[in-house]
Amino acid sequence: MKEIGTLKVKTGLAEMLKGGVIMDVTNAEQAKVAEDAGAVAVMALERVPADIRADGGVARMADPEKIMEIQETVSIPVMAKARIGHFVEAQVLQALEVDYIDESEVLTPADDANHIDKWAFDVPFVCGALNLGEALRRVGEGAAMIRTKGEAGTGNVVEAVRHMRTIMGQVRWLGGLEESELFRAAKELQAPYELVRWVAENGKLPVVNFSAGGLATPADAALMMQLGAEGVFVGSGIFKSEDPSGRAKAMVEAVTHFEDPEILARVSRGLKSAMVGLEIGTLGAENLIQNRGW
Amino acid sequence: MVVTSPTVGVLALQGAFREHGRMLSGLGAEVREVRLAAQLQGLDALVIPGGESTTMGKLMKSNGLTEPLRRFAVDHPVLGSCAGLIMLSRRTAEGSQPLLGAMDITVRRNAFGRQLHSFEGPVQLRLPGRPAVTFPGVFIRSPWVEQTGPGVETIATYEDRIVGVRQGNLMGVAFHPELTDDNRIHRYFLELVAEAPRSNTVETEVA
Repeated sequence: MKEIGTLKVKTGLAEMLKGGVIMDVTNAEQAKVAEDAGAVAVMALERVPADIRADGGVARMADPEKIMEIQETVSIPVMAKARIGHFVEAQVLQALEVDYIDESEVLTPADDANHIDKWAFDVPFVCGALNLGEALRRVGEGAAMIRTKGEAGTGNVVEAVRHMRTIMGQVRWLGGLEESELFRAAKELQAPYELVRWVAENGKLPVVNFSAGGLATPADAALMMQLGAEGVFVGSGIFKSEDPSGRAKAMVEAVTHFEDPEILARVSRGLKSAMVGLEIGTLGAENLIQNRGW
Repeated sequence: MVVTSPTVGVLALQGAFREHGRMLSGLGAEVREVRLAAQLQGLDALVIPGGESTTMGKLMKSNGLTEPLRRFAVDHPVLGSCAGLIMLSRRTAEGSQPLLGAMDITVRRNAFGRQLHSFEGPVQLRLPGRPAVTFPGVFIRSPWVEQTGPGVETIATYEDRIVGVRQGNLMGVAFHPELTDDNRIHRYFLELVAEAPRSNTVETEVA
């Protein structure tokens, strides 16, 4: 008997992406550059986060035409972003047969209270998280992969580091609790008890966890891997830099050899300018993308 | 005869290498991650995991691993799953991408379709010298084997498709036994490793 859309095949694709770089692309040419550089997948979207931040306005799912062009151009998995809570954008993306849907805070949320019921889909979802509670709420809703949010479109890795350290620290904290303390922990984390218990017993998230939001250099990517990420998303960091192809290749090598400083030194050489970064403190809390998601 | 545990490398450029490692160490093998050619020294066998075959191929090339891996596969057992099967193949139906070309097979990438068509289903497993059994197949954007050359045995099928092959000490499956709790394929591979002559190209253990 053949079963599609099972949790195993949803989480299994994320397992296959581990140790890889997923790159934001806005058109078929960029997708080709990403594939040639060794990306494990591309994320199709209308504008990279740096432009969304600069242009303002409502950011929505990409035009299906663009997504189909990208699908026809590359053989690696094609992911695409839907707005938080916008289950019809997700239905459209499933109908297009994208390989993963990112219910993403980078787009303007469509629902300020509810996320998409991801169990209702056969295509897997990845969602952002700032902390363990948010990660487990998303898994409870059916997410098959998590990425720490960071602060997209800034080229500043500080938030990505904060979120990864927070999640890894909370996982370690759960591991040290007694069984009778897990109920209160679930209440504090605002997360489903069964998932809290699973994390406490297994010492890791129940799904693959990537890092995202502000990674701009090979060293940033390796930093996130050493902090416990299982792979990375790079948004504006590649196509807002001076030499996208060279930088993309270097990020791919850096994620494979994240514990080898000599190789990191070699691949970091002569990459031309990285994207211009933003100081998080100057943005103001109301302009932080990471606070979207409930 | 003293039974020593074999040292099995898992190619760790990208993909689900840890899952293979866990399964192999559970069966008593010594497991080492391989990212550089020098790390092939001293290995009795190698596993090429699932992942993205285009990414893996590029990383093999940029890290100078393609030729060393080809030479390794000539006289050592190698098991590939999914992308690993693609890497072992001589050609893909869609044309050019870097491959090791160790097995005389043609594979079709993403043969069952995109992720929406990824599935779990029963594989008919016919390991040489054993009765046919059913194995839990986890197929994720999986390839299938379209053509096999002489000397290649079919060891697994799903419906009428070839999803597992063996050629001498080389084995490839299109699905993901490492994502299940079923270690029969890894166990069989370690038996191949135990029976294979220890290669004299491996010099690191010579005092």
